[in-house]
Amino acid sequence: MSILIFIDHAEGQIKKTSFETMSYGTALAKQTGTDAEGIFLGTTNEDLTALGKYGLKKIHHISQVALNQLDADQFIDVISSAAEKSGTSVIVLSHNNTGRAIAPGLSARLKAGLVTGAIGLPDTSNGFIVKKNVFSGKAFCTLSIKTTVKIISINPNAYPIQTGEGTAEIISENTSLKPARVSTKKISRASGEIPLTEAEIVVSGGRGMKGPENWGPIEELARLLHAATACSRPVADAGWRPHHEHVGQTGIAIAPNLYIAIGISGAIQHLAGVNRSKIIVVINKDPEAPFFKSADYGIVGDAFEVLPKLIQALKKFKGVA
Amino acid sequence: MKILVCISKTADTTAKIAFADNNRKFVTDGVQWIINPYDEWYALVRAIELKEMDSGIVIHMATVGGPDCDAVIRKALALGGDEAIRVNAEPVDGFFVASQIAAIAKTGDYDLILTGKETIDYNGASVGGMLAGLLDLPFISLAAKLDLEGAKATLLRETEGGEETVEVNLPMVVCCQKGMAEQRIPNMKGIMGARSKPLKVMDPVATDSLTEIISFELPPAKKGVKMISADHVEELIRLLHEEAKII
Repeated sequence: MSILIFIDHAEGQIKKTSFETMSYGTALAKQTGTDAEGIFLGTTNEDLTALGKYGLKKIHHISQVALNQLDADQFIDVISSAAEKSGTSVIVLSHNNTGRAIAPGLSARLKAGLVTGAIGLPDTSNGFIVKKNVFSGKAFCTLSIKTTVKIISINPNAYPIQTGEGTAEIISENTSLKPARVSTKKISRASGEIPLTEAEIVVSGGRGMKGPENWGPIEELARLLHAATACSRPVADAGWRPHHEHVGQTGIAIAPNLYIAIGISGAIQHLAGVNRSKIIVVINKDPEAPFFKSADYGIVGDAFEVLPKLIQALKKFKGVA
Repeated sequence: MKILVCISKTADTTAKIAFADNNRKFVTDGVQWIINPYDEWYALVRAIELKEMDSGIVIHMATVGGPDCDAVIRKALALGGDEAIRVNAEPVDGFFVASQIAAIAKTGDYDLILTGKETIDYNGASVGGMLAGLLDLPFISLAAKLDLEGAKATLLRETEGGEETVEVNLPMVVCCQKGMAEQRIPNMKGIMGARSKPLKVMDPVATDSLTEIISFELPPAKKGVKMISADHVEELIRLLHEEAKII
């Protein structure tokens, strides 16, 4: 019996969501009286033994170079055989892009019940009950996983990262891989930017910003807050900002600790992508903007006047000139 | 070439969310049903665009649900596509749905199976990946572009903070998202034509569900917005620091 935690990385660099899954898996192992083990696919320069501080006892490292690229088939094959070998009771992943690619296939392979987008530890007092968001953040649902082996993918930024002391034992394994069926031709990563789904703070602009040339203050505010930048649908559709910044029902759904919406009216489709944010700040010159109803803090005012003041106040608060 | 598009019926985005029967059932009174936007705007419309480029393509659609899904399927047929199949069963969980569609796919000899990235009601995001697992097919999730060249597909998929171009030989399963196709609305010719397109109803195959819904709950109501004067924005910084404790 063990909890098997999938450690996701990009070019060897461990993703923030993996610190969340390791913290979650370790807490679940404690709760159910078992050990937390990790599984890392591909190569890395990082010291995996140090991941013991998140509570992992062992890490299975399957270090074929081929696994640096995501082929859902191969990942599912490797993870499911590791799970079978170590008698895994629960597999934990992030409900991030990689998790979305492999968790459902793992579920089908192992006939293991899957809950995607879990937001907290399961209730194991009577059965195995997991809570998740449904209706695009407008409700919660609790589900029972009925199978012996269970799979949980947790929403990014939903579980706090917890660290302690410890060193993980690394078990290097080489398995024969299935032939790859997906060949990766080109990889492009926006360097230096904080991935939107992993960001704790997001600064977002809407049509009220009037044009792409006015995004300077939004970017400056984001830099000061170590935040990611986002935008509403009309802004992405107009080509003012790249599509991957579009949050909302048809874009991506995010759940940061703080979402600052500037010049966004707050249509229901936009809310569907951001209403899981812990704190929402709305800045809009229209006091009737529907977004204020869903906000925690609001400022009625012209973005072009409020933003410079906010940046100045923030610089003062942070003690930067 | 044959494409299977998986369609789900969902409550409209603006639907009021309420639960009854001890919070075990979603209240459907007055709810407007729509084709799940990801299934419609991205999966189905991309299939239609591909057919417009290659008239040899045949598009089938599959859904799992009761007769109350028929109106939504007719709307999908009005957009395009050749034939729809409804498995006459209440969808219990993602695995149940994937198993039903896998049974259709096994006899249909499809080259490409498309789904939306998730439904906007249960947000499971699992049917596509499970289908690929059940059928032992290659799988690409979060695809923002899909082009075909013979039996080879070139796709653009999103990664955290970036994207990848990948190539896969058909057959395969793809979950579609924004970027995949241009949204369109059915025209009168399509709506009239949809009436005569076949909508086959099939009995479900025996399968287990792996999970079960216990209950729903609504999030606690927001405390209400605290307004701050535009002349005192430093007050917002103070509140975010001292009250919300997030900066």
